[in-house]
Amino acid sequence: MIRNTQGKSERNPILKLEHVTMRFGGLTAVDDFDNVAYEGEILGIIGPNGAGKTTVFNVITGIYFPTSGRIIFDGIDITPYKPHQITHLGVARTFQNIRLFGDLSVLDNVLVAQHHLLSTRDADKILVRHGKEPKVKGHLWFWRAVFKIGYREKERQMIEEAMNLLRKVQLDHLAYEKASSLPYGQQRKLEIARALATEPKLLLLDEPAAGMNPKESEELMEFIKYIRDEFKLTVILIEHDMKVVMGVCERIIVMDSGKIIAEGTPQEISRNPRVIEAYLGKEWEHVNT
Amino acid sequence: MVTAMRTMKEKTRRDLTLTVLFVIFVAILLQVANVKFDSYQKQVLSLMAIYGIMAVSLNLVNGITGVFSLGHAGFILLGAYTSALLTIPPEQKAMIFIIEPAHPFIANLHTDFFTATIVAGGISALGAFIIGFPVLRLSGDYLAIASLGFSEVLRILALNLQSITNGSLGLKGIPNHTNIWWSWGWLLVTVLFIVSLVKSSYGRALLAIRENPIAAEAMGINVFKHTLLSFVISAFFAGVSGSLYAHWLTTIDPRITTFGPVLTYYVLIMVVLGGLGSVSGSIIGAILFAFLMEWLRMFEQPFTLFGRQYPAIQGMRMLVLSVLFVVTMIVWKRGLFGRAEITWDGIRKLMKKFRRSGSR
Repeated sequence: MIRNTQGKSERNPILKLEHVTMRFGGLTAVDDFDNVAYEGEILGIIGPNGAGKTTVFNVITGIYFPTSGRIIFDGIDITPYKPHQITHLGVARTFQNIRLFGDLSVLDNVLVAQHHLLSTRDADKILVRHGKEPKVKGHLWFWRAVFKIGYREKERQMIEEAMNLLRKVQLDHLAYEKASSLPYGQQRKLEIARALATEPKLLLLDEPAAGMNPKESEELMEFIKYIRDEFKLTVILIEHDMKVVMGVCERIIVMDSGKIIAEGTPQEISRNPRVIEAYLGKEWEHVNT
Repeated sequence: MVTAMRTMKEKTRRDLTLTVLFVIFVAILLQVANVKFDSYQKQVLSLMAIYGIMAVSLNLVNGITGVFSLGHAGFILLGAYTSALLTIPPEQKAMIFIIEPAHPFIANLHTDFFTATIVAGGISALGAFIIGFPVLRLSGDYLAIASLGFSEVLRILALNLQSITNGSLGLKGIPNHTNIWWSWGWLLVTVLFIVSLVKSSYGRALLAIRENPIAAEAMGINVFKHTLLSFVISAFFAGVSGSLYAHWLTTIDPRITTFGPVLTYYVLIMVVLGGLGSVSGSIIGAILFAFLMEWLRMFEQPFTLFGRQYPAIQGMRMLVLSVLFVVTMIVWKRGLFGRAEITWDGIRKLMKKFRRSGSR
């Protein structure tokens, strides 16, 4: 393992994966993943196809229950919790293949992401149990929503917040368009905006630059840095576009066949022989030496 | 921004006034119908609203939450039996339970029609809550089959619980309480409740589940809880419609033709005809279906063709209805309205377009 870069030890880890292993039958998709994400950093996970990167995201967000190991987020062991609870606790994600609510408007897509702040009381109990502020304010929101008891004000507040967010990501002029009618790049952006609307502390981006042209990925890099600072986030991203990874990540984890094979700054990673091997194969190395 | 907010507020207020005026207008029309129509026409008019409640409530689950349930008939049956047992006077019950006397608890129950309808809705909702736990864990075709199975289980139970439901003899002499006001009044309540729900944050969550359940879960929505919620609300109004239906029919029995899957399919036809996912479409689909079912009876009369007399053909209207339905679905692939709703904004736009083309 590559040594820690200076100053990191003082930083506060927001996410800890402790010896996480995920097996599907005979296949070990993630093998003893043991690493952390520090508060406020942009961490990249790279590796060839089938290395287990997306599985790591699916384990963190509760879609899969790991075969062994623990996941600690913000001081809470989130291993046993369900996806909607983990989102409520402050982990948001985007998907490799865009999963927007196609028939809903751009604004409604963002509003849906705020709904858990009215309804996800089961996850609120987890927060309270760990001595944290509950996020659901007020009671009986279902009945208040149907019979419009003090609900209109809430709705206006939610729309205002959603519009503010859309303004920050420059999608406000498209607020009333159908999400599926947006061009590809804007859909990717909306998916990130929707994840931001859940008010996360940790944002997981699964191949955000997939299918983008060089100019769009350039903008995306700026955008990722901007949202990290604006929303005080920690960002973990899976990406194949090396220009994006090298340009935006402060630290990179390289995976191959479910294992972490290297970790370090972009410079260190680009010089690491094991990484070069995983990416370009032994033959290449052989020919060169 | 502030002025935009204000005009939006004014617009909602104006739309609210228009809606109230529209309801009053419909009420006046119904009053006229109540005075002028004969009892057969009034029966059909009541049936339209009963079908409307069934369609709007099924649409909440199948069209808005995107869960394809085929168990609606079961909840209608549950509501119909519950309320009928509550409104049939004890003396009448003693007369109809001839094979086995009614269970003493059932025999002495008696309430007014309104309470009975509310209780019917409640029992159906409770049924949906219990059935929902196993059924809603499934998805797609499996869910459809499981819900169909459960609704048949309820019907078979009704057929065999002799001391509670009077078995295959059914319940006779249910007071004829359902009139235009009860049925259309309950339709109004159903529509107000469901539209208010759909237009709130909860409704958006249900729509999100329809659009992409995995993304909805990742956005912090408890998909199972919300699906169960829509299932229970849908069943409540299905129970209400069942109560109205029982007091409209005045006789109910658990035969396959009244409360079997056929009833679910009828309601499904109304919803799909109007547009799966559209509340206004469901109502129009239901009204159209009730109207066609009666109007097409003319095909079941004895008729003369090329000077030859033919006897009446039973069931001919169903054939014609099927053909009409197939043609409609070919022309309007997503039903008459698709997922669109009739809104005052839409009507205004249509009027503007009409006027502009008229002036040219």
